[in-house]
Amino acid sequence: MTLENKTPPNGHASDNDVLIRVRDLKKHFPIKRGVFRRQVGAVQAVDGVTFDIKRGETLGLVGESGCGKSTAGRTILQLLEPTGGSVLWNGKDLAKVSREELRKSRRHMQMIFQDPYASLNPRMTVGKIVSEPLRIQGIGSASERIDRVEELLKLVGLNPYFVKRYPHEFSGGQRQRIGIARALSTNPSFIVADEPISALDVSIQAQVVNLLDDLKANLGLTYLFIAHDLSMVRYISDRVAVMYLGRIVELGERDTVYDHPQHPYTQALLSAIPIPNPKEDAKRQRIILEGDVPNPANPPSGCRFHTRCHYATDICRQEEPENRNLGTAETPHMVACHHADQFQ
Amino acid sequence: MIAELELEKAQTETKGRSPAQDAFREFRRNKIAVGGTLFVLLVVIIALGAPIFAPYHFAEQNNLNNREKPMTGYIVTTDHLPDCHWANTPLEWGCTIFFAGSDSLGRDIWSRVVYGARVSLAVAVVASSVALGIGIVYGTISGFAGGAVDNVMMRIVDFLYAIPMLPIIILMTVYFKALSRAGVDTGVAGFLINLDRMAGGLLFVFIAMGALNWIGMARLARGQVLSYKQKEFIEAATALGATNSRIIFKHLLPNIIGPLLIAESMAIPGYIFFEAALSFIGLGVNPPTPSWGAMINEGYAGIRSNPHLVLVPGLALVFTTLAFNFMGDGLRDAFDPRMRGKN
Repeated sequence: MTLENKTPPNGHASDNDVLIRVRDLKKHFPIKRGVFRRQVGAVQAVDGVTFDIKRGETLGLVGESGCGKSTAGRTILQLLEPTGGSVLWNGKDLAKVSREELRKSRRHMQMIFQDPYASLNPRMTVGKIVSEPLRIQGIGSASERIDRVEELLKLVGLNPYFVKRYPHEFSGGQRQRIGIARALSTNPSFIVADEPISALDVSIQAQVVNLLDDLKANLGLTYLFIAHDLSMVRYISDRVAVMYLGRIVELGERDTVYDHPQHPYTQALLSAIPIPNPKEDAKRQRIILEGDVPNPANPPSGCRFHTRCHYATDICRQEEPENRNLGTAETPHMVACHHADQFQ
Repeated sequence: MIAELELEKAQTETKGRSPAQDAFREFRRNKIAVGGTLFVLLVVIIALGAPIFAPYHFAEQNNLNNREKPMTGYIVTTDHLPDCHWANTPLEWGCTIFFAGSDSLGRDIWSRVVYGARVSLAVAVVASSVALGIGIVYGTISGFAGGAVDNVMMRIVDFLYAIPMLPIIILMTVYFKALSRAGVDTGVAGFLINLDRMAGGLLFVFIAMGALNWIGMARLARGQVLSYKQKEFIEAATALGATNSRIIFKHLLPNIIGPLLIAESMAIPGYIFFEAALSFIGLGVNPPTPSWGAMINEGYAGIRSNPHLVLVPGLALVFTTLAFNFMGDGLRDAFDPRMRGKN
């Protein structure tokens, strides 16, 4: 694996505290038209995403609907086959390993889904759902699995007597806990949480986020936390990546990104967060973006944000901005904007 | 405190009810559906125990007593028994009682209706198992594979759908019956003729039903697979490392099988009617095997003077298909509450 031995590009965490390296990951969905289903184009849902996830951290991935955050998460886990790029895990490119090897390595990386009503098989009991990963991966004997299910249900704050019940007998929050228990059953080290709270009531959201945070601390998990709720991401993340139209436009330490956003898109996004104090909120300056998100099948030239950016100049329309590190080598703050350093 | 804990344990430990169990409870509350199911069971019992429920063999003729009205008894032997009425005479040798009358050959209608139930149910069972068997396998493969495989498989289905099956079946039946009369019993034709004889003349009815009905089932199964394939729990199973066969058998099939069974149970009356229609136009069972459709055909010429020849098998047909319909409706309502009260 030559990729691994390369000196990491400036601004990326080096050495072995990196759990997953995502390099130039692409996922295009072909658009087919006509009688012969000729491919006439592609929706570039994820188009060249590069980042590292460090062991034990929570990387928050934010962006508006349709920017490709969920697709990025699914492509990293190889639930969608990447169109290009690589996902390095333990020195292996997950996009290139054999099906069987991939299947086996899935015990180390799990996913928590957005919709707790759709992510549990309605015909299986809770016990069956939670123990399924163990059965699939051939872990433990039948009695060990029963004990493990009980342990897991307690861990996520559910009554272990629920094992013989069916998903439809539970509330959304409880179902999401079942989904979390399922994801934890094989002791994974990496979990992609795909908007795990956006389908839940606000009061339940806090419970589930706190549960995820506790589990991370107790079990040494690493999260890729995908969400569009900016306050929630600030609460749970160590670092934050902001996506726009299939690209990461800004990536850095949580507080740096939230307090000193450098990319105009991040600034606009963050200005939309309401402040609980009405007096403060009245003083808040909102940056209202005009127009809609461009069609990802036909993204704008140059900087993809230039069609909606207040600061856009000619260079933005012509040249794609490179990632620039405005932070330090230890705590990089990557911004993909030609004018990033001018907005201080 | 301990008592409270015990109580909580008792409440929480109770086993959950699966969607199927819920549906069964719902089904039991639906009186018409339960009635229909009981009637279907009755027909099944009568068909299985036909020799017990039929006083005579279906082919037993009695030329002295043809076209007798129902509930009449006649002395057919030379040693005259004085009293031979249904109400007070046991069935014994020498005394013929026609519970539902007799047909033009003096065969007991009731016995023929009882044996005819076997034909109707055989058709229902064979046609629905062929439809379910082939249809589910074909549709699941097509839907799960997707892409080009799906495209090719569904175009084949479209092609088959466009072939008019009924005329082909009529031609086949006529052709093989003619060969059979000509005494052919070798080769493929002979094999088919013998198979047909073993099936009581129903082979081509079975082929017609199978060929016609698996297509719809395949489309339905494919549609179900496509809709469930997108659900997150299938993706979750993939994320857990489940193999395709595990996903199909543990996650897809248990979820799609309910609606398919319901659709099939609602199609059964159609099968029974189709067989009756084929038998009515003379393409079904070989005489003297009774089929309700064939019996109606034999009796309809004299419907004014002897209405029971048509009425008895006709009512059997109507009640059986109605019962299957009520059962199917009940199943659908129980499994899919959104459809309740609609048609």
